[in-house]
Amino acid sequence: MSQRFSGSDRYVATDDLQMAVNAAATLQRPLLIKGEPGTGKTMLAEEVAKALDMPLLSWHIKSTTKAQQGLYEYDAVSRLRDSQLGDEKVHEIRHYIKKGMLWQAFESEVPVVLLIDEIDKADIEFPNDLLVELDKMLFSVYETGQIIQAKHRPIIIITSNNEKELPDAFLRRCFFHYINFPDNTTMKKIVEVHYPGLQKQLLSAALETFFELRDVPGLRKKPSTSELIDWIKLLLADEISPEILQGKSIKEAIPPLYGALLKNEQDVHMLQKLAFMMRREG
Amino acid sequence: MLVNFFYSLKKAGVPVSTKELLVLLDALEAEVAFGSANEFYQLAKLCMIKDEKYFDRFDVAFGHFFNGLEMIKDLETFLIPHDWLSPDWINNLSEEDKEKIEALGGLDKLMETLKKRLEEQQKRHQGGNKWVGTGGTSPFGNSGYHPEGVRIGGQSQHHRAVKVWEKRQFKNLDDSVEIGTRSMKIALKKLRKFARAGIANELDLDNTIRSTANNAGFLDLKMRPEKHNAAKLLIFFDVGGSMDWHIKLCEELFSAVKTEFKHLEYFYFHNCIYENLWRDNTRRWQENISTWDVIHTYPKDYHVIIVGDAAMSPYEISHPYGSVEHMNEEPGRLWLQRILDTWEKVVWLNPVPVEQWHYTHSTHMLKAQMSDRMYPLTLSGLEAAIKCLSR
Repeated sequence: MSQRFSGSDRYVATDDLQMAVNAAATLQRPLLIKGEPGTGKTMLAEEVAKALDMPLLSWHIKSTTKAQQGLYEYDAVSRLRDSQLGDEKVHEIRHYIKKGMLWQAFESEVPVVLLIDEIDKADIEFPNDLLVELDKMLFSVYETGQIIQAKHRPIIIITSNNEKELPDAFLRRCFFHYINFPDNTTMKKIVEVHYPGLQKQLLSAALETFFELRDVPGLRKKPSTSELIDWIKLLLADEISPEILQGKSIKEAIPPLYGALLKNEQDVHMLQKLAFMMRREG
Repeated sequence: MLVNFFYSLKKAGVPVSTKELLVLLDALEAEVAFGSANEFYQLAKLCMIKDEKYFDRFDVAFGHFFNGLEMIKDLETFLIPHDWLSPDWINNLSEEDKEKIEALGGLDKLMETLKKRLEEQQKRHQGGNKWVGTGGTSPFGNSGYHPEGVRIGGQSQHHRAVKVWEKRQFKNLDDSVEIGTRSMKIALKKLRKFARAGIANELDLDNTIRSTANNAGFLDLKMRPEKHNAAKLLIFFDVGGSMDWHIKLCEELFSAVKTEFKHLEYFYFHNCIYENLWRDNTRRWQENISTWDVIHTYPKDYHVIIVGDAAMSPYEISHPYGSVEHMNEEPGRLWLQRILDTWEKVVWLNPVPVEQWHYTHSTHMLKAQMSDRMYPLTLSGLEAAIKCLSR
């Protein structure tokens, strides 16, 4: 791999994340990314594809997704229908085989980045059904007897939100990286990337409020990076001055436009209650 | 190459296999990392660790290996739980406790001395009256007799702790234990209830034949949703204190249920269920959930299993403010009753052997309140409990 990934002008990658991507690219093994929601797991694949100048294929996993669907699907039902209607297509089985994302990635003429998004949403057995395919990067099509082998081993990035435990055999085949929640310095860099030239005062006031809010115990959904970015966008659009944010504890005044930070009604209620209690005591 | 490093990871309890070592060597050969210790650390972590819950163990082992230190056998004993150093637990102390702390010259001094001793001390210690370790009469360590004692890890040796003011960082139940869980899974299978739910993606053959016949021989496909296990399970685990003896058994149970049920919710409590529960032991003082919320969230069709040894001081059940570690306004008995009133199917699994139940008064009280639906945590007990749940 001649190019190395080192973040981009839209994405801040920490040292260890760069290392993880480069190791996965060099050794051609899948990279499993975990981390809090909103820390840029899915975005990573897009940015890697852009930085290494490769096409991106995304396979979004749902609870009903089967491993087979990533390889191919044989549509027996429409073939049966066509046979009743006397369609000529029916004699050729390959008309009824739909290529899945893995197949597309394997047969691509140039190396690609394949994103398998939210693998933990699928059934418990799902990762086990992909072991050989990810290891050897080949699979066979029973209906036609073809063997599909990767022309170039794709860079595979797998994300997980930790809803289910992944099987050991699967984990052993992957590199694993956990995206930590960014600390204050990294967060500044991230915001800088999104809003270059943001007023220093506003930024530090906003970050202070943000980290304070994350520390409020018992929040159901802590605001994460993506929420912070949205919130700052709103602050800018509303031309809120840094003074409004500064010097006030979250418990004294609910931050303006809090709807961008708190996505849960109960969290909002709790914050209001806290503020109310503080005011009464004060 | 790096074989000693590999073994020191293993010794620290990080699950690593030869494959991970080979990958690391591969990566080094491919020059993914260039020489610096920091890069090697990142790379080794990337290759060897597959779950963030092992990061901490890895860091400890890595540090020890590269500082040339000998691994201390029982590392955990010497780590001060992080919670102790944060001030918010102090608010939970009773007046009586605070006085006791004063006896040793105040909390700050106690913590300070503790930290100093931890630094001075290099080896595991047992007996004696100064060092941190097990037994003995120093205020630091576990299983000691000093009234102001701070217990550090380890197991309590005096079964009935009255007013322990320590806060321990409980271990989260590790669900990696697979040995012995198979038979439990088989017992749990009886709780399965299959129901068709979700999108129709399975061919309904009978219906298709009927409908095709009705359609004058032209194919009319009928689909139906797949069958899924629709049983819902809510588990409350007792952790810490006298439960430490049974932790292996509970881990096995936890591991078995976790893979067996799709709708599984679990909460932890200590000794008796009170107004708060929590899901993550390391964050238990920051992130707990109101028991009311739990009662209101999960509908009546959930099966409830409470796992606990039911061994505690009777006051914890019967009296307000009876809890050993916080100020509970309402007695444990009331909370248990609320649970029994909310869900119909509730059983209690007790890891203590049946023969010993009559030694503890609290077990009697709870068993009576559960209308005898308390079963030992053995295979046969589990089967009986499941039978009771699925009735």
